[in-house]
Amino acid sequence: MSGAAARAHDLSPAAWLGRAFAILLLIVFALFFVVPLVWLLIAPTKTDRQLLLEAPFAFGSVDTLVANWSSLVTFQGGLIWTWIGNSAFYCLAALAIALVVSIPAGYALALTEFRGRKALLAATLIVMLVPSTALVLPIFLELSAVKLIGNPLAAILPFSFFPFGVYLTYIYFSTAISRDLLDAARIDGASEVQVFMRIAMPLATPVIALVGFFNFTGNWNNYFLPYVTLPGRKAPIQVGLAELLSNVPAFNPTNAASTTISLSSLALATLIAIAPVMIVFLFAQRFLVTGMTAGGTKE
Amino acid sequence: MTILDQTAARPLRGGQLAKSRNGSVERAQGRIGLVFVSLYTLLLVVFGVLPSLYAIYLAFTKRGAFAGFDNFIRVFKDYRFLPAVEHVGLFLVVWLVSLVVLVVLLALIVHSIGVRWLSTSMRFLYYIPGALAGASSVMLWLFVLDPTVSPVAFVLHGLGLNSLVGAVQADRLPFVLAVIAFWTGAGGWIVVMYGALNNISKDLIEAARVDGAGPIRTAWSIQIPLMRKWIAYMVILSFAGGTQLFVEPRVLSQASRGVVSQDYSLNQLAFLYAFKQSDFNGSAAISLVLLIVSLGLSIFFVFKGGLFERV
Repeated sequence: MSGAAARAHDLSPAAWLGRAFAILLLIVFALFFVVPLVWLLIAPTKTDRQLLLEAPFAFGSVDTLVANWSSLVTFQGGLIWTWIGNSAFYCLAALAIALVVSIPAGYALALTEFRGRKALLAATLIVMLVPSTALVLPIFLELSAVKLIGNPLAAILPFSFFPFGVYLTYIYFSTAISRDLLDAARIDGASEVQVFMRIAMPLATPVIALVGFFNFTGNWNNYFLPYVTLPGRKAPIQVGLAELLSNVPAFNPTNAASTTISLSSLALATLIAIAPVMIVFLFAQRFLVTGMTAGGTKE
Repeated sequence: MTILDQTAARPLRGGQLAKSRNGSVERAQGRIGLVFVSLYTLLLVVFGVLPSLYAIYLAFTKRGAFAGFDNFIRVFKDYRFLPAVEHVGLFLVVWLVSLVVLVVLLALIVHSIGVRWLSTSMRFLYYIPGALAGASSVMLWLFVLDPTVSPVAFVLHGLGLNSLVGAVQADRLPFVLAVIAFWTGAGGWIVVMYGALNNISKDLIEAARVDGAGPIRTAWSIQIPLMRKWIAYMVILSFAGGTQLFVEPRVLSQASRGVVSQDYSLNQLAFLYAFKQSDFNGSAAISLVLLIVSLGLSIFFVFKGGLFERV
């Protein structure tokens, strides 16, 4: 620290300018990323009038927050809970299936030999890099050919197909566990299933958490696929949120619907919609910032 | 005699045992490997391969009969097609350039922070908006872009934007969409680049410093070249993802009273073909073009990108 301070004294004007520029840039972008979120936390405590007239970061009141809350949850008989419930159902069911499917598959690709292993691995990589949205309309066309549109499976099953999770598991097992360890267990008479359950699985907790994290957050935020495969009351919250928008008179003055949503209730709905992912993010913050998540930003 | 027999037999039997055991272990492994990948392979076929094949079938047929390139020609001639390509292209240019320049720059700066907690919290702050993707991030940006309620109204007024409708005018839209996409995604990439920077040996950086290289020279000649694979990875994934533009213009279109058109992007157009015109063949043709672009980039990167050398 004292070394750094000493060096700071010796800085040439150019280096000093460079450092000042770097610090300025860091702060500007920190504000850019955080200001909208801070505003979103405050907005539901205000009335629409306060939103328009008062300082953007002035806190409204708890009473207003309660009023906005009750107007939101009574909208169309609590439709927002239906949407949240749908999201939770689709995402948790998909999470369970994705883990049951991906963890053994990644293990097998990393630590066993079978015919077609290389081909499957290459296919996994290729599909993993294709944006999931690229397959939405083809999947819709397929599902509508087999009459599954509107069925919860139309979201759960595509959500469970998670090649990125298989790839993460594959990388984890091929670097964290040696084949010798598994061979030792085999010599002791363990069957292949026992080797997986007793040796590999207890060591797999970090990668299970990682795959679960990406699968859940990605699916919770997915809009396009459920938008086309699960219309109406079956929609998850992300689709519902956009639906709410068309009931906000500020954005749709021509809307003649009898029940309307205020701007601040819409902000509250957005906050509720992102809450589960936010909570997962806060719990996961330590591993999120290490760079271990390399490649995890794929939508 | 019996003892001799036994000792003579033992190595032989042992050898046979080991050999047959090896073989059966390999067979058992092969079997369990196949069992373990079976469910995944099934999903891969049902939600990767089959939809693609079905899209190919639909794109080249009309009412079940082979139609050659008719569907493609019809959608290419659609007056909405070229503008949509242009919109997506403009958005991609703005977004990718800002992504490469700013993500690399910010990652280098964050990485050079000596104070640990500061660097960690910076990365976390940058990462948080990643929790909002899809409709919720656009929803939030509707507020940010509407000067009447925006927390940064003074910035909007400074840019000459006095209403939401003004903020999402066609000529500004690529920038608006790029800002939203950057806000949601850049933090994740900054963390990825930070991880890549951590993998560069400290000795190398130290050697450069001893040779008299300043931070800019070090970044330009050592760090950035060593991050090249990851930058390529980011560009390819973002390009492929960007061609798929859908949620953002759709929600903006809903909120801007039609100032943002319903057929702004290619995916929106494919969506309209399927849902408004009930023309699944035309929809499949557009989807297929987009899928081929993504697939081509992906295959190229897996085999030439150098990030998956283990395969």
